[in-house]
Amino acid sequence: MALYGFAAAGAVTILAVALIVLALVFYLVSIIVQLRRITAGLGEVLSGVGEIVEKSAPVNSVVKTINHQLDTGVDLLEGLLVKKAGIDDGLGLVEGLYPGSAAAGFRKFPQSGAAKPPRIGTVYTRGVLTLARLGREAPIAAASPAGPALRDPAYGSAASAKLYPEARQGRPSSLPKSPVVGTGAPVQYEEREDIGAPRKRYADSPASPEPGAAGAAGEPAAPEQKLPVPPDRPKVISWKRS
Amino acid sequence: MILWWLGDLLLLVVVLPVVVYLLSGVLRAAESIPSTVDGISSTAAAGSKDLDAVPLLLTTQDQVIKTIAGVADYGTSLDVILDDA
Repeated sequence: MALYGFAAAGAVTILAVALIVLALVFYLVSIIVQLRRITAGLGEVLSGVGEIVEKSAPVNSVVKTINHQLDTGVDLLEGLLVKKAGIDDGLGLVEGLYPGSAAAGFRKFPQSGAAKPPRIGTVYTRGVLTLARLGREAPIAAASPAGPALRDPAYGSAASAKLYPEARQGRPSSLPKSPVVGTGAPVQYEEREDIGAPRKRYADSPASPEPGAAGAAGEPAAPEQKLPVPPDRPKVISWKRS
Repeated sequence: MILWWLGDLLLLVVVLPVVVYLLSGVLRAAESIPSTVDGISSTAAAGSKDLDAVPLLLTTQDQVIKTIAGVADYGTSLDVILDDA
């Protein structure tokens, strides 16, 4: 009996160990397969990263060269502007072209950041400048150093109305309204077919109907036949001495 | 004899589930890595493709040098024409 008990316990032990070994084999083999897939994927990643490194290698030097060239250009233009216009007026021109940029000042002239740019560089179109000279409706005329504009830019239409006779501007309701033309007009006229059509012409061939023969049967024929005269032929004017 | 049975019981009830649990966790973690690696690989390939235009920077560099040279010539002419402030 005891021998059977030992044999049974040993069998169970062997079974348990075998189960553990099977689990270890299954999971470890699965993990090995996954690790091989990871290794292959990392190889692709490495090739991609290598391409990135290879392609981006010259970027640093090229960008540095471009920045150096652009810095040289900016310094050149700033120096020329300051030399020709001065720091203050140069800042005013820059502020007029790029509002708000004068606060930073010129890069080559650090003291220019504290300067106050004058209002000399504001770019206006020719029409705005013309209106400003006339003092009418131009936004820049409102803040003109020469004084206020002739007309209030905020109420330009009311101000312009005062320039015209009182009869039209003060009592517009008593005046007839402007006529309505076109398809929305209250009175529609019938269309004429001859308007826009090709101009009528007389036929040049002898088979064309003659003016004298076109009458009724009872009418006397014309004494002599005349050639048809085209309507656009210039008339011959003759003078007779009286 | 009883200790042997207890050992068997311990193997079947405790050791085997613990081994299975731990190995399954490692396997799950290992299985999640390839998809991430594939994503990194595709991203690297796309980044490499985006850098195909980098050689054009050399053209940009030449154009900038020529432009700045033209600006310098123009500025020199303006310096001659215009009076100083």
